[in-house]
Amino acid sequence: MNAVLEAENLKKYYTMSQSFFGRLLGSQKKYVKAVDEVDFQIPRKNAMAVVGESGCGKTTLGKVVMRLLDATGGKLIMEGKDVTEISGSGELKAYRRTTQMIFQDPFSSMDPRFTAFNTLEEPMDIHDIGGSYEERKKTIMDALEEVQLTPAEEFIDRYPHMLSGGQKQRVAIARALILNPDFIVADEPTSMLDVSVRAELLNLMKDLMNEEDLTYLYITHDISTSRFFSDSISVMYLGKFVEKGEVATVLDNPLHPYSQALLKAVPEPKPEMIEVIKELPIKGEVPDATNVPPGCRFHPRCPYSQDICEKEEPELREVEGREVACHFAGEVP
Amino acid sequence: MANPVLDVRNLTTHYFTRKGEVQALDDASFGLDKGESLGVAGESGCGKSTMAFSLINQVQPPGRVVEGEVNIDGINSVQLSETETRKKVRWKRISMVFQGAMDILTPVYTVGHQMKEPLHYHQGITGDEAREKCEKYLGEVGLDREIFTRYPHELSGGQKQRVIIATSLLLEPAVLIADEPTTSLDVVVEAQIMNLLKRLKKELGISMIFITHDLSILSEVSNKLSIMYAGKFAELGDAERIYNNPKHPYTEKLLASIPRLHKDVKRLERIPGAPPNLVDPPSGCRFHPRCPYAEKVCQEEEPEPRGVEGRKVACHFAGEVT
Ligand SMILES: Nc1ncnc2c1ncn2[C@@H]1O[C@H](COP(=O)(O)OP(=O)(O)OP(=O)(O)O)[C@@H](O)[C@H]1O
Ligand SMILES: Nc1ncnc2c1ncn2[C@@H]1O[C@H](COP(=O)(O)OP(=O)(O)OP(=O)(O)O)[C@@H](O)[C@H]1O
Ligand SMILES: [Mg+2]
Ligand SMILES: [Mg+2]
Repeated sequence: MNAVLEAENLKKYYTMSQSFFGRLLGSQKKYVKAVDEVDFQIPRKNAMAVVGESGCGKTTLGKVVMRLLDATGGKLIMEGKDVTEISGSGELKAYRRTTQMIFQDPFSSMDPRFTAFNTLEEPMDIHDIGGSYEERKKTIMDALEEVQLTPAEEFIDRYPHMLSGGQKQRVAIARALILNPDFIVADEPTSMLDVSVRAELLNLMKDLMNEEDLTYLYITHDISTSRFFSDSISVMYLGKFVEKGEVATVLDNPLHPYSQALLKAVPEPKPEMIEVIKELPIKGEVPDATNVPPGCRFHPRCPYSQDICEKEEPELREVEGREVACHFAGEVP
Repeated sequence: MANPVLDVRNLTTHYFTRKGEVQALDDASFGLDKGESLGVAGESGCGKSTMAFSLINQVQPPGRVVEGEVNIDGINSVQLSETETRKKVRWKRISMVFQGAMDILTPVYTVGHQMKEPLHYHQGITGDEAREKCEKYLGEVGLDREIFTRYPHELSGGQKQRVIIATSLLLEPAVLIADEPTTSLDVVVEAQIMNLLKRLKKELGISMIFITHDLSILSEVSNKLSIMYAGKFAELGDAERIYNNPKHPYTEKLLASIPRLHKDVKRLERIPGAPPNLVDPPSGCRFHPRCPYAEKVCQEEEPEPRGVEGRKVACHFAGEVT
């Protein structure tokens, strides 16, 4: 199986705005290494889930794939073509037709002056497809029904402020799907949906994967849905993948201490815990992203950290059927 | 209830659109004691945020509170003007973390600048003292102090969300309303914030209304639970009882569809049927078209909430079917 999307050594660094005095004193520029030497491959009709802490670089990765941000380094090959080398507005436009993104925050990503109809018509307009007004309207009505905005008639003329959070999110999903893309970056696409509507939409997106040859980069903090929705999973920590492999392999037996902590913290309904302060597997204090710890970047929070972890950065290596970047992978409990 | 911090009666809010009246919240009543928390769950579009906006008297046109009372510390906020509400009620008495609040942060000011503002305005705290307090709460929500000097666009989604949570806690309000406050957070940070809220509840006696579609999260912070369906309370009462033994068919379905981590599933469970149209909601019980136990009476008559095993259930057959 050849990969639809392949990343090699992909990097995205942000330069931090400096204070006036910082500039005056000529102090060194600070970088946030939001995506730092990442490799992956996503085969056609597959979904790769990316999970990890808030601020670890997931959205940045998605935006680099969309070419909304330019990579700082590395390669990104989509359908055999290097995305980082796409140039000229024509080429970029063609790329953006086949590659769509569902943005993390539907509250700020939707134009407040656009009704649901306008929002869904715009992509057809840009790419000059979809036929007559009647045909487009029919397509839009169908799309709204598909994302459970029923009756569509009721929603088609609404502006974003007339929609609930989850309803906005569903308009955003419909927008990404309406051009029949080949690849979708779905950034927390269902974070505002209740279990039932979420199930409906993830089922829909999964059907499209099989029927329409869609491929996904699925960014989520909702680990239990990644089990259902994706084939592979990559656990990201401070800009790097620390564990990746087949979804069941990783979730049933995570080997990186960070993956383990993440899975242990997945909430389950336990009303008897109401007064109890939960013991966290690791502390929630993420290190300053402009100042990545030496050695293994997880070591300051790792319960198993040893001397070597402070000095040497572990490379991803194969252990028990998946790749892990930990000096003691397979040895820690 | 001796002296509830919040006492809500028959709160009803509709949106008056060209296509008709969207009946987003109908006849909601509940009370909240000091240090108590109410979890609100329900389908997307069922009226959760509308209830939150109604409580702080900030429903935007074409919406309007058409009926009911919201008594906060003895003040009926529904009758106040917007400026009065802001002066007397917002922040000090009741503070709200809005859903999708991330874009509330103004792009041209640093995080610190925006956090200090309510401190200055309401408590006259400025300078180093203000900064210290802000940084303390940034730390509490798991952010590095360095965030204080950053601009909003330099933050990830979850970082912005946490800045908002920290800001809403700065003034230590009597009631905190949090509308989907953890949607962009990973599970570790989320658990940390849950712990923080539990602690504040205990130490400062903050009462909370916690809105989320995530029932697992809700179970950790709420003493009371309200399950909403199509603008109405389907079930309201003691959280633990509802989790362990739901009495409304909708609650039962909702709890059954929580996905599990270690199970391979071909299809995700869902509740059959479509979400109701709130301009023209189903007759009788609004859930009847999707209810497996529906009978003729459910189509014809709207069920009044009635007491069943320590909670209020709006179902003709409550206690008989589930
Ligand atoms: N300005 C408005 N005009 C018309 N209808 C509106 C308006 N604002 C909200 N609504 C409708 O009112 C209903 C309740 O909306 P609300 O935002 O309270 O839902 P919610 O329960 O918070 O949903 P979510 O979980 O998706 O955020 C929805 O069906 C929504 O479409
Ligand atoms: N424009 C920017 N300038 C500087 N730093 C930035 C910028 N955008 C993001 N960052 C930083 O880069 C890191 C990665 O951000 P990103 O938005 O990719 O995180 P994320 O994994 O999507 O997080 P979340 O789950 O909270 O959305 C964070 O530390 C963030 O503060
Ligand atoms: Mg993000
Ligand atoms: Mg809402």
